[in-house]
Amino acid sequence: MTDLPPFQLLIDEHAGDVMAVLRGAVGRVDADDCFQETFLSALRAYPRLGDTGNLRGWLITIAHRKAIDHHRAKGRRPVPVAEVEEAAVSDPEPAGDIWAAVGALPSKQRAAVTLRYASDLPHAEIAAALGCSPEAARRSLHEGIKRLRKELA
Amino acid sequence: MRASLNRIAERASEEGLLDVAYTTTDSPFGPLLLATTPAGLVRVGLPNQDADELLVDLSRRVSPRMLEAPAELDEARRQLDLYFDGKLDHFDLPLDWQLSEGFRLRVLHAIAAIPYGETRSYTEMATRAGNERAVRAAGTACGRNPIPLVVPCHRVLRSGGALGGYGGGLPMKQGLLQLEGVLGDPA
Repeated sequence: MTDLPPFQLLIDEHAGDVMAVLRGAVGRVDADDCFQETFLSALRAYPRLGDTGNLRGWLITIAHRKAIDHHRAKGRRPVPVAEVEEAAVSDPEPAGDIWAAVGALPSKQRAAVTLRYASDLPHAEIAAALGCSPEAARRSLHEGIKRLRKELA
Repeated sequence: MRASLNRIAERASEEGLLDVAYTTTDSPFGPLLLATTPAGLVRVGLPNQDADELLVDLSRRVSPRMLEAPAELDEARRQLDLYFDGKLDHFDLPLDWQLSEGFRLRVLHAIAAIPYGETRSYTEMATRAGNERAVRAAGTACGRNPIPLVVPCHRVLRSGGALGGYGGGLPMKQGLLQLEGVLGDPA
């Protein structure tokens, strides 16, 4: 038999990180849907999961795929400005402006920034999540940060 | 996020992805852990048992697709509350027996048939399970009862009337027998 921990423990430990990644990647309004999709997909695949060494990375990767699916479904349109403003206005957290700006980044940069700063993933794992080389991940991150500095200056 | 988490449990249940739903509930003896599969109640954890260990054990033996989903256990909780209030003398809940097999399962079936407010001896349970000499094994079966309270192993005593053992500790066994009117209240 398997030695997988009860799935609820994954939720208890990593729901906050997954939500942070998704809020960064798709905005607050759509994060809830992606969040449900992420954990349902994970639950579906869970019994067949062979390597339990990095459950957090596994969840973040799934969250990322859901965010990408979400953007594809929206026809790769950028996040509508009205939506971002609405989220920012109703957001009691001081980081609201930053996430709104992150949400407006091009998708690769947005992904790299959220994986690095919301999920605290190392470059190698960001690269794995994005399906690119560590150098490319580093470059996306660098460009994302540069742009954010300019936006928020 | 709470609403999203509840929705995940609901959708998992609808989509057949929820193999084990669990929750905790209060009792006069302390918190109980209740776990159910789609087939029925599979595990009751008593207050003195380590809930985390028990969940890990269920994950290994039943399925790791486990979520805390109190709604799935509303009926079990309702009946247990009534039982502890002295207002219910027969549980009517579907049970999932998958954690027991062979002789132990037969002992548990025999225990499940002991009426409220009555007791039997370990020897009688061994006999009913088909091996009157396996008294010690019948005791072990009681001790490893995965669904205590609902499968009332607290109603099994030693032949002389001594309490014997209980997974939830002897004071709980005593308390349950007092609740059912088998033992007098402590002086």
